[in-house]
Amino acid sequence: MTSRATASTDGVVASGTQAVIRAVGLTKVYGRVRAVDGVSFEIAHGESFGLLGPNGAGKSTTMRIIGGTLQRTGGVMTVAGLDPAESGPEVRAHLGVVPQEDNLDEELSVRDNLIMYGRYFGLPYAYLRPKADELLEFAQLAEWAKAKVGDLSGGMKRRLTIARSLVNEPQVLLLDEPTTGLDPQARHVLWDRLFRLKEAGVTLVVTTHFMDEAEQLCDRLVVMDHGRIMAEGTPRELIRGYSTREVLEVRFGAEHNAVAAERLADVGSRLEVLPDRLLIYADDGDAALRQVAARGLSPITSLVRRSSLEDVFLRLTGRSLID
Amino acid sequence: MADQDLSHAGASGPPGYAVADLTRLAASGGVPDAAVLARRARRWGWWYYIEYWLVNAKAWAVSIGLYMVVMPLVYLIALGLGLGLLVDRGVGTVGGSGGSGGVPYLTFVGPALLVATVVMSVGGELTYPVMAGFKWRRLYWAPRATPVSPQQIAVGHLGGVLIRFVLQSTVFWVMLLLFHAAPSGWSWLTVPVGVLTAAAFGAPLQAYAAHLTDEGYQFAFVQRFVIMPMFLFAGTFFPLSVMPVYLQWIGWISPVWHGTQLARQAAYGAVEPLWLTLVHLAVLLLFTSVGVALARRTYARRLGR
Ligand SMILES: Nc1ncnc2c1ncn2[C@@H]1O[C@H](COP(=O)(O)OP(=O)(O)OP(=O)(O)O)[C@@H](O)[C@H]1O
Ligand SMILES: [Mg+2]
Repeated sequence: MTSRATASTDGVVASGTQAVIRAVGLTKVYGRVRAVDGVSFEIAHGESFGLLGPNGAGKSTTMRIIGGTLQRTGGVMTVAGLDPAESGPEVRAHLGVVPQEDNLDEELSVRDNLIMYGRYFGLPYAYLRPKADELLEFAQLAEWAKAKVGDLSGGMKRRLTIARSLVNEPQVLLLDEPTTGLDPQARHVLWDRLFRLKEAGVTLVVTTHFMDEAEQLCDRLVVMDHGRIMAEGTPRELIRGYSTREVLEVRFGAEHNAVAAERLADVGSRLEVLPDRLLIYADDGDAALRQVAARGLSPITSLVRRSSLEDVFLRLTGRSLID
Repeated sequence: MADQDLSHAGASGPPGYAVADLTRLAASGGVPDAAVLARRARRWGWWYYIEYWLVNAKAWAVSIGLYMVVMPLVYLIALGLGLGLLVDRGVGTVGGSGGSGGVPYLTFVGPALLVATVVMSVGGELTYPVMAGFKWRRLYWAPRATPVSPQQIAVGHLGGVLIRFVLQSTVFWVMLLLFHAAPSGWSWLTVPVGVLTAAAFGAPLQAYAAHLTDEGYQFAFVQRFVIMPMFLFAGTFFPLSVMPVYLQWIGWISPVWHGTQLARQAAYGAVEPLWLTLVHLAVLLLFTSVGVALARRTYARRLGR
């Protein structure tokens, strides 16, 4: 075991490395809404940590509490040993933030957006000018340096926001739904680059409601719903713990699904009835499909696939992640 | 494909895309400790926002510059020369007590117009743009995620706007000189007076704008029922004392009147008791400091929940 075991009060995560972010019993209440309701987690240095959950789960609220830009109602929050509510500037100095909604200045040029944002960190122009060019390269926006941000496409703006978050060489990067609005190719490029940033020692905190993103990007994640953590683990642990190895998806047509479900209740280890299809959880999907056929049922379509985090979420909440 | 660049072997992106050196990008060693950056931001955060505001203003520099030159010309020609000719023919001079010590109408109205036009411009700078910062364009949320504090954003925005008014007041003062409408050697003091009046009206207006969470329909109301009455009834075009007493309070409570009276003293040595001069200054400073305090508080509240 190579990781440092520390006896620091900052908290120790499972792997034995020191937690760079630690939340205990975090709460945020808006009037009657408990947006975040007693959430606890620890994120190790250099880890890639995910918050997965549907709309309104409390992901963005949690992210803003980590950055200290939102006053929490209760609980303990530390980033690198500091409370962001008390030492906001110290915490944010080495934090990179990609907000859910872009807040670029559309009247300013692409390059000036990077440079002026860097100024807020007290970084000198001599550092910022070459840095801006490197970041434009990173975001594949070098030819657009002088263009006004208003002239960029949505995906290009998103890439610029992500590049901007790196201007202060953050040790922790908070990414709130980073790939919203990116095309599939740009998403893959971004995942690849985030992975390299992580290899370079940057701690990543990512929110998403895309399970493929969570699976690709996160070493460990929590599944959130209604402000609470439903489960925690690596993507593989979660899938193993809350689902079977494979899933058989069968469709009988909207009217017949319910009837078929009754006759298939004992096939596989679990059955989910969705409006448009049935999900049969079984370690051997093909065997389950043969059992379906043996009962004299012939689905319109059938598909055997590996379990995903979507299935974990369905199991935990009884709802789909994305409707 | 034996000679394929192996360093890209694991990349899932398209082949051949330029990859910046990510290790350098993540940690070039050029960024100081968090404590150092935080200390800089605590001291200079407001100024960083002003820098941003100024870079932004570059885009409007030509149109604002043109406005700053043309507007005093229009006012001075129309009111000073046009209306002034009429006034001077009718009553001789204005502003004197008992017929003596008066000055030509152009001299009387010139410094007042400097103050009044600056205050009118404040109405454009610290209303809709504030709303854009919080809501429409979310511009304040960018610095919010950095070591700069909401209070510093509030002060920085006001500061940037006041820099504009240093320029605008200076241009207006130069125009006064060109029109021979500022005979006193102290007339340059109209510039700081113009800026102080802008702050005295601007800071509370900024706080009010920051406190609105809807679409800013109220600004039309402010324009019609606050700014226009100040323009017309706060001693710009005629001394406050010629108005019926029951209307004079409009002047007393408006920064425009206090600023105007100070500007007149600076521009042509209008005579007022010392205590009144001190009251003018005190009122302007009070409006400014209360406004700034309220704006800082409101920004912190709105950017913190
Ligand atoms: N400023 C606010 N005032 C009142 N309620 C709020 C406020 N911000 C968030 N909420 C509520 O808190 C809950 C959590 O919101 P949050 O934005 O954290 O969700 P999320 O997981 O990020 O969702 P999404 O995937 O849609 O971004 C929601 O019920 C939301 O309505
Ligand atoms: Mg969100």
